[in-house]
Amino acid sequence: MARRTFSIGGVHPSDAKISRDCKIEVLPIAPTVYIAVAQHIGAPAKPVVAPGDKVKAGDVIAEPGAFMSAYIHSSVSGTVKSIGPRQDLSGNIQTVVEIEVEGDEWKEGIDLSDTLVTDIPEDPKAIIEKVRLGGVVGLGGATFPTHVKLSLPPGKKCEMLIINGCECEPYLTSDFRTLLEKGEQVVVGTALLMQALGVDKATIAIEDNKPEAIEHISGIVSAFKAKGGKYEGIEVLPLMKKYPEGGEKQLIDAVMHRQVPSGCLPIDVGAVVDNVCTALAVYEAVQKDKPLVENSVTVTGECFPKQANLMVRVGTPLRYIIDYLGGVPQEAAKVISGGPMMGKAVANLDAATLKGTGGLLFLTREQTKRMPESSCIRCGKCSEACPMGLEPFLLRRLYKAGDMEALEANAAQDCIMCGCCLYSCPAGIPLLDIVSQARGQVMGIMRARAAAAKAAAEAAKPKTE
Amino acid sequence: MSTTIIWTIAIISGLGLLLALTLFLVAQRFKVVEDPRIEQVEKAMPGANCGGCGFAGCHAFAESAVKAPDLDNHFCPVGGNETMKQVAAILGFEIKEKAPMVAVVRCNGTCANRPRINEYDGSLSCKVKASLYSGDTLCSFGCLGCGDCVGACKFDAIGMDPETGLPVVDESKCTACGSCVKACPKGIIELRNKGPRSMRMYVSCVNKDKGPAAKKACSAACIGCGICAKACTHDAIVIENNAAYIDYAKCKLCRECEAMCPTGAIHGINFPKPLDKEAVKARVQERQKKEREAAAAAKPEVKKEESNG
Repeated sequence: MARRTFSIGGVHPSDAKISRDCKIEVLPIAPTVYIAVAQHIGAPAKPVVAPGDKVKAGDVIAEPGAFMSAYIHSSVSGTVKSIGPRQDLSGNIQTVVEIEVEGDEWKEGIDLSDTLVTDIPEDPKAIIEKVRLGGVVGLGGATFPTHVKLSLPPGKKCEMLIINGCECEPYLTSDFRTLLEKGEQVVVGTALLMQALGVDKATIAIEDNKPEAIEHISGIVSAFKAKGGKYEGIEVLPLMKKYPEGGEKQLIDAVMHRQVPSGCLPIDVGAVVDNVCTALAVYEAVQKDKPLVENSVTVTGECFPKQANLMVRVGTPLRYIIDYLGGVPQEAAKVISGGPMMGKAVANLDAATLKGTGGLLFLTREQTKRMPESSCIRCGKCSEACPMGLEPFLLRRLYKAGDMEALEANAAQDCIMCGCCLYSCPAGIPLLDIVSQARGQVMGIMRARAAAAKAAAEAAKPKTE
Repeated sequence: MSTTIIWTIAIISGLGLLLALTLFLVAQRFKVVEDPRIEQVEKAMPGANCGGCGFAGCHAFAESAVKAPDLDNHFCPVGGNETMKQVAAILGFEIKEKAPMVAVVRCNGTCANRPRINEYDGSLSCKVKASLYSGDTLCSFGCLGCGDCVGACKFDAIGMDPETGLPVVDESKCTACGSCVKACPKGIIELRNKGPRSMRMYVSCVNKDKGPAAKKACSAACIGCGICAKACTHDAIVIENNAAYIDYAKCKLCRECEAMCPTGAIHGINFPKPLDKEAVKARVQERQKKEREAAAAAKPEVKKEESNG
C-alpha cells in the first residue's frame, strides 16, 4: 500500500532525532520562575495576584482577558515577588509574574497520582469548561486556546478529530516520548476531546519514522476498544515522513484527503486537529484537575553533550535548564527555541519557558551558516516545495515591487511559514523572510479592510432602523 | 515597370493621407481637455516622483493642487519654498513659507556606546530583523543597522557609517521627503526643523525603558532623568515614556540642555563654537540655586495666604 502523506509540496530534511532514546526526566524546580501573562494566541491574561501573595502550584495567577485567551496558573509554590516587564526570548518586553519558589506544594483537589482514569464524562460542556479552567492551549506550536477550538461555531459540525503525533520537525522528540511513556493518557485525552466535540471518529496520525510509537499506541487503542463508547472510533494512522506533515492543513490533507480553502479554518472541512501533548494536557485537566503548568521540552543538538527530554515547569529560565545539563557547549553558536525549521533563535538565555516551548536546539556555526545569496535562476524549486501551493519566487518579486493587491491575489496570506522555500532554494535567497513580511503586510491590510467594513456596517445601521 | 512604382507610391500616399485624416478627426472628436496649469505646475516640480508630498508622484500632486481650494495641504518637501512659490504663482494662491526640514537619526547607539550581546545572521533588512527580535543589543528601541533607510532614499542622502553602524544624513542632499522615516521599523528617524544656518538641537535617543535599563543597554541613552526639562527656560522639553523630546518650534538653541545632560544624549550640531560645557553648567546651576532660594523665600507668604483663606 502506498504510504499516505499530504499532496502538495514538502521537503525531506534529515531526521536527526538524536534524543529519541532519552526518557522524559523531571527537571528540578528552578529557584525563581517567570510566568508570562501572554503565552497563547489572543488577548493576554490579566494578573490576579499581587507581590507578596503566597501561591501554590496550580493556583490561578492570571485570568483570561477575553474569550480568546486562557487562564495562567502558577507552576510552583512560593511567593509572588513582582509583576512587571521582562525580556522574552526575542528580547521583547512582556509582562511576567515572578515567583520565588518555596517547596513544592500543590493546590488541594489536584490528583497527582499515576492512576489512569478512563471514564469519560457525559456532558461535553463540562469537559470544555474544565479544559478552559485548566488553561489548556495547543501545544503543537501555535498555542491556540483549546477551549476556543472545542467550542464549535454554530452550524459547524466536526466529522473527525485528528491527533497530531507527526512531530515532523527534525531533532524534536518530546511528542514521541510522550506517546511512548504516556500513551494511555493520550488515548483517554483523545476520547475526551471526541466527547467534547461530539464526534465519533478520531485518528492518531504518527509519521513512520517512529515505528515504536505506532506499535505502542496501536496496542493501547486495540486494548481500549473493549471499553466501547468513544474508544471504538479511535484509529492509528501511520503517515509517510515528510515535512511539514504536522501542519494543520497538511495533516487534514494527508488523513482526510480534504483541502482547507484559503481563509478557512479546519472546522470548515469538518476537522479539528490537536497535538498529542494537548491531548495529554486535556486528560490531566479533565480527569486529574491538573492545569497546564508543565510541558516536555527536548534539549538537543549534535554539539550538546547531554541529550534530554525534560518535564519542565512553565516559566523556568532557559539558562537554568541548560546549566542543569552542563551549560552551553563551546562549539554552540546558536540556540533555537523549537525545531530547526520553524523555531526561533534565542536572543536572551535569561528568558523563561512558555506553555508552548517544545525544544531547545544547539547548533554550531557550521550548521547555521547561510548560503551566500545569489540571483534567482527561476528553477521553481520553491514552488515545488511549498506545501500551500504558493509561488515564493513570485511573491518575492511582487513584494519588492510593493504590489500588495497582487500579493493578496497570489495568496501571500496563506503562508504557514514552514520554511520549505528557503530550505529548497539553491540560490540561498531568504524567501521565508520576505514572504513572511509580505504575509504580515497583506494580513494587516485585510484586517484593516475588515475593520473598516464592520465600522461602515455599524454606521449604516441606525439609518436603516 | 515604372507604372507599377507610380501606382504603388500613389496608393501608399493616398492611404497615408486617408489614415492621417481619420486620426486627426478622431483626435478632434475625443479630445481630452486638460487644465493647462497641470502641465505648468508639473514642470515647476522637481520631477523626482518620490512621493514625499503624500501623492503618487509629481503629476498627481499637480492634478490635486490645481483642483484644491488652497495650498494648505500641498507642500513639496523636495522643492521647498522656492518650488511652492512658483506653484502658487501659477495657480494664483498665496502660501505661508515653511521652515526647511531635514531628516534626523535619533539614535546614538554606536558600536562603542552599545555593546552587542548577540549576532544577527538573518536577512539584511531592518523590517525582517525587527519582526524576528528586538535587536542585537540590550536596547530594543534603537537602530538595527541593516540600512532600510539607505535603500529607501531616492536622493542618496543617507548612508551607513561602518564605524558607528548608524545611518548618517547628508544635509546638503536631504530633501526631507520622509521616505526614510517610513522605512524605519523602529521609528528613530524624524523630520525636524533645519534651523538657522543648520544649527539645531535634538535628543539622540528614543529608548522608553526606565533609566537603569536604558543606561545598561547604551551609555549614550536618554535615561529620562528630566534634568534637561528643568534647565530649559523655554519650556521646549517634555519627558514622555522615560525619554526627553525637544520641541523644535519652541527651542531657542541656548544649548543649556546639552550641557546639563548627564549621558550626552542631547546633541547640538552645526554650531560655530564648541560648547563650553562646564561654564554653561555652572551658569544654569547658579540660576537654579537662585530660583530655589527665591521659592523658599516666597513659601511662607503662600502659607500665610492659605491660612488667611
